Amino acid sequence: MSKSHPRLLHHFDDPEQQLEASQSGMWLFLVTEIMFFGGMFIGYTVYREAYFEVFAHASNHLSVWLGGINTAVLICSSLSMAMAVHSAHQGQRRKIVFYLLLTMVLGTAFLGIKFTEYYHKYGENLIPGLDFAFKEGNAGQAAIFYSFYFGMTGLHALHMIIGLGLLSFLAVQAARGRFSPLYSTPVEMTGLYWHFVDIVWIFLFPLLYLVGRH
Amino acid sequence: MSEAAMERRLHYLNVSYGVKSWLFTTDHKRIAWLYLLSITFFFFIGGLAATLLRLELLTPQGDLVQAETYNKLFTMHGVMMVFFFLIPSIPAVLGNFLIPMMIGARDLAFPRLNLLSWYLYMSGGLLTIGAAVAGGVDTGWTFYTPYSSIYSNSHVVLTVCGIFINGFSSILTGLNFIVTVHKMRAPGMTWFRLPLFVWSHYATSIIFILGTPVVAIALALVALERIFRLGIFDPALGGDPILFQHLFWFYSHPAVYIMILPGMGVVSEVIACFSRKRIFGYSFVAFASLGIAVLGFLVWGHHMFVSGQSIYAGMIFSLLSMLVAIPSAIKVFNWTATLYKGSISLDAPMLYALGFIGLFTIGGLTGIFLATLAIDIHVHDTYFIVAHFHYIMVGGAVMAYLGGIHFWWPKMTGRLYPEGWARLAAVTIFLGFNLTFFPQFVLGYLGMPRRYHAYPPEFQVLNVMSTAGASILALGYLLPLIYLIWSLRYGRVAGMNPWRATGLEWQTPSPPPTDNFEKTPIVTREPYDYARAEPQSEYAPGEVEHV
Repeated sequence: MSKSHPRLLHHFDDPEQQLEASQSGMWLFLVTEIMFFGGMFIGYTVYREAYFEVFAHASNHLSVWLGGINTAVLICSSLSMAMAVHSAHQGQRRKIVFYLLLTMVLGTAFLGIKFTEYYHKYGENLIPGLDFAFKEGNAGQAAIFYSFYFGMTGLHALHMIIGLGLLSFLAVQAARGRFSPLYSTPVEMTGLYWHFVDIVWIFLFPLLYLVGRH
Repeated sequence: MSEAAMERRLHYLNVSYGVKSWLFTTDHKRIAWLYLLSITFFFFIGGLAATLLRLELLTPQGDLVQAETYNKLFTMHGVMMVFFFLIPSIPAVLGNFLIPMMIGARDLAFPRLNLLSWYLYMSGGLLTIGAAVAGGVDTGWTFYTPYSSIYSNSHVVLTVCGIFINGFSSILTGLNFIVTVHKMRAPGMTWFRLPLFVWSHYATSIIFILGTPVVAIALALVALERIFRLGIFDPALGGDPILFQHLFWFYSHPAVYIMILPGMGVVSEVIACFSRKRIFGYSFVAFASLGIAVLGFLVWGHHMFVSGQSIYAGMIFSLLSMLVAIPSAIKVFNWTATLYKGSISLDAPMLYALGFIGLFTIGGLTGIFLATLAIDIHVHDTYFIVAHFHYIMVGGAVMAYLGGIHFWWPKMTGRLYPEGWARLAAVTIFLGFNLTFFPQFVLGYLGMPRRYHAYPPEFQVLNVMSTAGASILALGYLLPLIYLIWSLRYGRVAGMNPWRATGLEWQTPSPPPTDNFEKTPIVTREPYDYARAEPQSEYAPGEVEHV
């Protein structure tokens, strides 16, 4: 690649250096995200250890089916995201747009199912602070389980929403032909982010849904 | 260089004018100035709160402010000073300005992200000040649950949001520094030719990116517990308030090293320059920075010796806390060894650096007292603690910050500060500081608890000494504010390298051009090659050299 690369910022020597900087920056950002979610995971672990019985009962109120379908939806969205990155490397403009939109559809489906689940929990009085009622064990400990459930899946959903925002921005940029084999960094970086959010769910699903089923 | 010639030369300060050219700049040097101004603002807000605290403590009765107001004042002082002054101070001002220059780069790896960091910092800061104006917070800067999450009637959520947003500023700054050091070094700038200032910022950045997200989530959980009544830390449900302390200190203890490590970087530069000597044991000092960063993550439990943590955990945390003394001592010994047989000149930056070594040593050694379980139980939550961490944070970090500002002022502005006034200020600050905080060691040992607005009359003499010291200290802080502003217009023109220092940042005009260097430097020698740097004319970049 030449020095006259159109996207080369003034403070980099060449496009390789620029790309490597973006990549390592994004990976470091994901490290901070792991630490961010990690605080919740460690809290969850502490209480799951302390109140295992109640956590298992509380977990049985979650729908493994809806959670399982959502897991599949999310894995498919990761595939289509990977295809979008691949298409960007190839410079196939229409395909990039297609795969980005497909990823968005799948992401939205995930959120739709997630909010259906939230609504069910509202009907079952399982939202802490809102007439929380739990009969099969210590209600306080069950409230802690559901606090983590809403806290962790809520934080995850927030990341999904941010991801959808990024994807719609990318889709517009891709339709305008901004990406080429020479420059596809934003697609690649958003891809890393999307896969990360996916992996977080891969950990959340068994931890929250399958407590009593192992 | 004559003054007229300097006026004509285009540099980062005169390349464009107007408010927009500053608020939308992506030049790391200009962003450093944005930070410098805003940090100074927050410092004086925190200082104002401290002034009121010290005035209240002048007499044993609670006569100036009510207990509640006093709680809000010390919270305000802690939050402002820790999150909005000390943590960003040296990294965001000096680190921002110098890291690209020291490694021979044109800017940080992500200039726009750097600007975003400043906007996040300002939003967080203004939100926090907004919370204070709306009525304040009374939880202390540590936001311990369940008081913060359930019982406090003050503006916890707003303040916590401010700190949360500010946390992302730290995270992005750390990320930017790490990528910059990895990817933007000039040809020949190997890892072991990096100035120690860069090493210490690299270690700091590791803490930024690994620690800050954890305190962010801990504070977010407190906010969620207040807003949505989630029950994470609520003992009424079976929740564990100490879990919050674990999460909080997992960041907030390493945060102490965020405050001190960059200061150690400044001191390494200044000591070498004003002793005209290569730093003693370069790689030991460099690795000690990383050692402090790593060990810093393993000692958080020493804040919880009396919180109900198990005695075995306490013993292990006690042992690990003492280990931090090793890399810290390595640094102090190596600086002292650098002074040995050096040709020392006592310019203002050097006075600050020497002050740092003395005060940091006292702060560090009293830290060992506190890491000892039995002694900690006696002095826990007394003024002994207050004195200890002020010796590190003010005696260490603030002294280093001021030393660094003086040392690099000629580079940042192209002007020299008035040396006589600067020395006077350094000595005033040193004396004022010791008079303020040394009596507090005694107070704490005698049993005066922290965070009360009234105290038994027998403690008054020591408290009056402390308040008197605080006024001297305040005077010491006002002096640089005045003469540094004065020097912008009337200071002597500095020239490229007024200290005859060896760093790359000195091998380019002052103030530097927007791209820092006229052409990318090629580095051929170690960072503290003072033996070769004398006299200056022999030192020209690009020369081939074997060590």
